[in-house]
Amino acid sequence: MNKFSNILSFLVLQLFLTTAFASEIHEPMRPDWSFQGPLGKFKRADLQRGYQVYTEVCASCHSMDLLSYRNLTEAGGPEFSKDQAKAMAAMFEVEDGPNADAEMFMRRAILSDRFVSPWKNEQEGRISNGGAYPPDLSVIVKARAGGADYIYSLLLGYQESPKDLIIEDGVYYNIYAKNQRIAMPQVIYEDGVEYTDGTAATEVQMANDVTTFLAWAAEPKLEERKRIGFKVILYLIILSFLLYFTNKKIWKDTSH
Amino acid sequence: MSEDYTPKSAFGKWFDKRLPLLTLFAGHVLAYPTPKNLNYWWTFGGILTFCLITQIITGLVLAMHYVADANLAFASVEHIMRDVNYGWLLRYLHANGASMFFIAVYLHMARSLFYGSYKEPRELIWIIGVFIFLLMIATAFMGYVLPWGQMSFWGATVITNLFSAIPFFGEAITNWLWGDYSVGSALLTRFFTLHYLMPFLIFGLVILHIWALHVPGNNNPEGIDVIKGSQDTVPFHPHYVIKDVFALVVFIIIFAGFVFFSPNILGHSDNYIQANPLQTPEHIVPEWYFLPFYAILRAIPDKLGGVIMMVSAIAILAFIPWLDTSKVRSSKYRPLYRQFYWLLIADFILLGYLGSQAATGIYLIIGRLATAYYFLHFILIMPLIGFIEKPKPLPKSISEPVLSKEEQKAKVEKAARA
Ligand code: HEC
Ligand code: HEM
Repeated sequence: MNKFSNILSFLVLQLFLTTAFASEIHEPMRPDWSFQGPLGKFKRADLQRGYQVYTEVCASCHSMDLLSYRNLTEAGGPEFSKDQAKAMAAMFEVEDGPNADAEMFMRRAILSDRFVSPWKNEQEGRISNGGAYPPDLSVIVKARAGGADYIYSLLLGYQESPKDLIIEDGVYYNIYAKNQRIAMPQVIYEDGVEYTDGTAATEVQMANDVTTFLAWAAEPKLEERKRIGFKVILYLIILSFLLYFTNKKIWKDTSH
Repeated sequence: MSEDYTPKSAFGKWFDKRLPLLTLFAGHVLAYPTPKNLNYWWTFGGILTFCLITQIITGLVLAMHYVADANLAFASVEHIMRDVNYGWLLRYLHANGASMFFIAVYLHMARSLFYGSYKEPRELIWIIGVFIFLLMIATAFMGYVLPWGQMSFWGATVITNLFSAIPFFGEAITNWLWGDYSVGSALLTRFFTLHYLMPFLIFGLVILHIWALHVPGNNNPEGIDVIKGSQDTVPFHPHYVIKDVFALVVFIIIFAGFVFFSPNILGHSDNYIQANPLQTPEHIVPEWYFLPFYAILRAIPDKLGGVIMMVSAIAILAFIPWLDTSKVRSSKYRPLYRQFYWLLIADFILLGYLGSQAATGIYLIIGRLATAYYFLHFILIMPLIGFIEKPKPLPKSISEPVLSKEEQKAKVEKAARA
């Protein structure tokens, strides 16, 4: 009996502790993403603005190694025109070579080049960020529990830290980060970019756009996948009905 | 069966005389006498065959693009996702296909357990099945290592480290497995080789499994023998071909739901982070289908003990034909055992849940109890109930309960007319 009540009180304690700690963890915000749901699609304009936020704000610290400039023109993505994308690539320089003189040389990036990384290597990235490496953002939306909701919330989650909380040097208080601390400073500020399409660059707008862009980068075939999936499932449902009735007919004369 | 089968075409006759493939097909697929009372739990055998073939075909194409090198593997999988034509589809089919495979195999095993399909004369079918399950576990584990994400790497590290629990030679064996002093390219390459090989071994075992099945024929929900040459059986085609295909299509709809609309829901987000030997993930969790066994592993405070228990949890299945002492196959007619059957299923699901939680505090205690109960079921409850239970009376034949139901209906109709 004693043991039983021990276990019981332990259970109650557990329950209490989990609820107590739950208040410390902030569930990410859940904006209505256009790409959610079985028929969801990316908004082209959001993706295009998102690319602008990425290049003008994030790209000074974060690489996106898995993407090429040509991806910016592909169906289901930002769908920039070829010329636009060529011009965007040409803003970056990449090392190429060796040439006939056995020398490496710099040239403007072209569509088939990968997104140019801000760092020569991981060490350089760390040195510039007080030891923390800004992770590659190519698949970041799939690499975090909470996905787009989490990334969006994180970008907007910077606040004045509570007075009783000691925040170490080189880390910033963010209510959505693990332990409320992150080595990335707040980077999204109102009018941090000047949108080429004239949209007002509020914090929420910028966070929405860049997160949408990152969601596409992580899952560039999302629209194709859902489109095909819809047809496949429709086909299979019709087929299953036909099979159901065929099966019924075949078994009609067998008592079972 | 159909010894009297002759092919219709001249070429068929010529061929069949030299290699009786057509006769084999006619006997084992078309005419194969099957109990007429099989329910939908019997469709998972066909579904499993589909799963295996799907894994092999998608896997073969993935292997054409995949690079088994610690520095390149992660990027090669992303290359498949982004640049290979329908590569995303192949990979999502393969990754979710593994999960669907395990859903099907667990239901298939639960069916066999409920209806006593492991009992005389079907012991070998069941034991071959246990070996298939074992190979599936090995295959899926090694496959999960291939994309070389954080969970791949740390899962491989945790599991290969288990071998270090072997007394005296543990460390040497572990290093031999790794081909190195740590988990790296050498291990990845051999896992890829084995991952490629094992499905074909499974395929071979599946043939033996079906061969062994076709000697006594199918068990059935009543768990009684069919009367040879009676109304108890129907030819496999078209009755069960169509029924199995219908069930398969429903299964594929669910499969497609995962693949096209939530392809990553069964995976772990950490596996989209490239493997990093210097950074341990907060929680190392295996794929969902391993969770019950993972819970058993962690329930034991000693590493070697944990490994032994985990292996025993699967090995014990092979002895079930002799641990079950009841003369009656189907749990339909075993009122007492049936309750413990469901208790075992609940216990297994509970273990699965515990496997996903950190093994501390109350979870560890419940995990130990659930582990103990799992073994208790097979070692104690199963043999004991066979002796003390009074089974319900069995029908005389498969057709009997069917007919009496019909008779009942006829009676009701007669009464209504009167
Ligand atoms: C000044 C450099 C810098 C800029 C600019 C910057 N980041 Fe970061 N970011 C970092 C660093 C450093 C980290 C690593 C933080 C850590 O490990 O605590 C990081 C981490 C992240 C993470 C991962 C958080 C996690 O859960 O691990 C995301 C997502 C992210 N940044 C997104 C962005 C986006 C989107 C932008 C542009 C809007 C951006 N960052 C701009 C430096 C930067
Ligand atoms: C029993 C059948 C099989 C099972 C259960 C299985 C399971 C798995 C699993 C779970 C993964 C990891 C998926 C991921 O998270 O990305 C995987 C990857 C892989 N498998 Fe298989 N597999 C099977 C058969 C095969 C066969 C026959 C081949 C080759 C001929 C193959 C080739 C591959 C390759 C190349 C990968 C890496 C690509 C990737 O990660 O998507 N598989 N497998």
